[in-house]
Amino acid sequence: MAYIPNTPADQAEMLEAIGLNSIDDLFAPIPQHLQLKSELNIPSSLDQISLTRHYIELAKKNAGAEDYTCFLGAGVYDHYVPPTVGAILSRGEFLTSYTPYQPEVSQGVLQSIYEFQTLIAELFAMDLANASMYDCASGLAEAAAMASYITERREILAADTINPAHLDVLRTYLNHGPYELHLLPSQDGRIQSETLKDALSSTTAAVLIQHPNFYGGIEDMFSLSDLAHANGSLFVASVDPLSLGLLSPPGDYDADIAVGEGQALGCPMGFGGPMLGLFTCKSQYIRRLPGRIVGATTDIDGKKAYVMTLRTREQDIRRETATSNICTNVALYALAAAVHLATLGKTGVEQVASLSFQKAHYMASQIDSLPGYRLTFPEMPFFKEFLIDCSSSPEQINQRLLKDKILGGYVAEGNRMLIAVTEQRSRKQIDDFVKILSEF
Amino acid sequence: MRQEPEALLFELSKPGRRGVEFPCCDVPESNPFDSIDPKLLRHSTTLPELAEPAVIRHFTRLSQRNYSIDSGFYPLGSCTMKYNPRLHEDAARLSGFARLHPYAPTQLAQGALQVIYEMQYILSEIAGMDACTLQPAAGAHGELLGLMLIKAFHQNRGNGHTKTTILVPEAAHGTNPASAARCGYKTVSVQSDARGRVDVAHLRTVLDESCAGLMLTNPNTLGLFEYSINEISELVHETGGLMYCDGANMNALVGRARPGDMGFDVMHFNLHKTFSSPHGGGGPGSGPVAVKKALEPFLPVPMVIKLADDSFAFDSNRPFSIGKIHSYYGSFMAFLRAYLFILYYGKENLAQIAENAVLNANYVRVALQPYIDSAYDEICMHECVMSAKRQKRHNGIRAIDIAKRLMDYGYHPPTVYFPLIAPEALMIEPTETESKETLDEFISAMRSIMLEAAEQPELLRNAPTVTPVRRLDEKNASKDVRWICGPNCETV
Repeated sequence: MAYIPNTPADQAEMLEAIGLNSIDDLFAPIPQHLQLKSELNIPSSLDQISLTRHYIELAKKNAGAEDYTCFLGAGVYDHYVPPTVGAILSRGEFLTSYTPYQPEVSQGVLQSIYEFQTLIAELFAMDLANASMYDCASGLAEAAAMASYITERREILAADTINPAHLDVLRTYLNHGPYELHLLPSQDGRIQSETLKDALSSTTAAVLIQHPNFYGGIEDMFSLSDLAHANGSLFVASVDPLSLGLLSPPGDYDADIAVGEGQALGCPMGFGGPMLGLFTCKSQYIRRLPGRIVGATTDIDGKKAYVMTLRTREQDIRRETATSNICTNVALYALAAAVHLATLGKTGVEQVASLSFQKAHYMASQIDSLPGYRLTFPEMPFFKEFLIDCSSSPEQINQRLLKDKILGGYVAEGNRMLIAVTEQRSRKQIDDFVKILSEF
Repeated sequence: MRQEPEALLFELSKPGRRGVEFPCCDVPESNPFDSIDPKLLRHSTTLPELAEPAVIRHFTRLSQRNYSIDSGFYPLGSCTMKYNPRLHEDAARLSGFARLHPYAPTQLAQGALQVIYEMQYILSEIAGMDACTLQPAAGAHGELLGLMLIKAFHQNRGNGHTKTTILVPEAAHGTNPASAARCGYKTVSVQSDARGRVDVAHLRTVLDESCAGLMLTNPNTLGLFEYSINEISELVHETGGLMYCDGANMNALVGRARPGDMGFDVMHFNLHKTFSSPHGGGGPGSGPVAVKKALEPFLPVPMVIKLADDSFAFDSNRPFSIGKIHSYYGSFMAFLRAYLFILYYGKENLAQIAENAVLNANYVRVALQPYIDSAYDEICMHECVMSAKRQKRHNGIRAIDIAKRLMDYGYHPPTVYFPLIAPEALMIEPTETESKETLDEFISAMRSIMLEAAEQPELLRNAPTVTPVRRLDEKNASKDVRWICGPNCETV
């Protein structure tokens, strides 16, 4: 086998050195009746050429964004990934290393995480960021648990305009702890201050708002944050990191914890995984932070160095009293985000946000002027995504779009379609989409 | 490794530089101030500004300050640092996988759904279980899900209020008790016996009707097979509890034995360990969970099914499901790689993984025993735990000193001080992808270090000396967790 160097001669020599006669002897500690006597019922071995043919065939059955123009969003976006990201991520030194438990030989990964934390904290205008979570949804759930611990309250108020996939995960997590989850109902696509005011109580630990929300809408974050704080609750924001090239960052509206889905920062859509959970908070809560965090220090010679820090929060030391059971960070994708943000830089991030905003608004106005279509929430300010009402079935429209190699929007209840427009979409691609809509 | 320190991105930044040129806006523009409250608009960001060459050079230099499997032997016990085939990386770059949106219409995601469908089946078969979900994003995420399934099982039988504890052996990974706590369970520790296994007599004393389940790693964290596994399973099952297998050590068993046959009801895999999706500096991981029939109704939505016309589809109509634990379907790009890895070996060769992993571990153990004690003097599975108690007694040399000295010899150290029940533990896991020559060189380095420990212990105490940095002041790192931009440009 190409990945197993031991030859039969090697095996014989090694067995002799151990003092055993056969490979089977190595498995003697496993009781005989628990050892497999025959092959597993799985596929037969494929040589590397056949395997390559197989994966190419599988990939061809999928509508990748290289062949299809993508207007799908709903949490995962087809933003531009600069070539620097692929070049750095394919370096074996990053790809094939592990958690930097030994800092002396892991300065590369450690510094990249430290820089990732800094870049995310700057982008969010928050005091600090951790080394990342599995995805935005689990970050949101960890934020809820953290807020409950800090406030010693149990109720979590979550906007019903949060991505439904994230709400599903939040519900699953909170079902398994001492929490009560209540949804804040939106009106005209957004959370109204009055609604929040009425819903807050002395048991409310945290208010969770997504911004821009699932429908692309811009929430009144300053007022919502003020209301939460006046009630002694924490304010938790879930944001699209690339929106922060245009929109006020969570630190500006005094969010206590801010999370986000980092996929748009140079990570592949990859059929939805892995994702990159961004997690930031105020510095006063650092000891309740879930996940890894890297800090700067010096070595015994006074040389600058980086190391995982505040380790006593973590499961391998604290066991059942740890702040979370998480034992991973999506380090490779955190590196992707760091390379992505470094390459785009200040100007690039602002341009991506601005171009996405402009193109989405152009497309929305084109569709809104077509007969049979209208913006579902015409008064709602939005960023790069918007919801439309269709007089025909959105599924049928999407099927028609596929014929022109266009991936249409996310189909929502009530003949609605959620359309995402990134900086990658050209005017022609938008016009082609709109033209097909006009056929219905 | 590269010795020169590398400046931070923010230190390399200069106003006006850029790494990407975006096209001009090709649509009529609207003014954001017309629709958005100015308070909600940002004036500018404080991100660094670099040209592309500087970005590549910065991160390339960082990579040169890092050890990896590609650069050398990485015997980090419990982490299964095996070689990551490059064929997988070629596949992962294809647009049909990398640029596939999770909500792409299922008729245009059949290749991806086939990977998920086949992996649900293949992993169930390797585990000796009946069903499998790929959703968990890491091993600890899989543990959390597994415990949620156990809880749902008991609640469904009306026992939710009485089944309140999870038993965890004292040598278990820290994630086990942390996951149990996160799932709302009280944990009870089970002691180990003189041979490093679960002390069955102690288990009997702590086992009662409150037991929702027992979490066990097998082989355990000492690299030893829990030969009383049948008895343990029976005892737990008698109280109505379920058996959870932490699959971190599946590299010892794959193709040779199955947790499902040992009485386990639920287990998680670590695809980044056993099935070689890259560790990536600490993630992404992937922690699929396989279960017996009785737990299948509770698995998260959606599952992938095969329809009568042989096409694949999502099935979310599962009334007893605990819900979702991942936004989408899990770490697809990781299980794509694991799928290719398994297909390469196939049913004919899969057992060679465990066979050579166990062979390599025992070869190292036996060769090292004259110089450093084995924590338990018997055949180990895929990893061996050595104990520096002899060196510590002799002149105070500790496991950490040996680990640091190994760096001077060009190695990544083994896992140290875990599990805690072995004093001065060095846990060595060579994996099946290392050659006899590599192992011989490592053994020779260890032998030299043990001689140094006896004759020149300062070499160990001062190690490492040839690495990019030396031993660190870890206490001072706790507040300095980011760079602060602005006029003062300093760390805080």
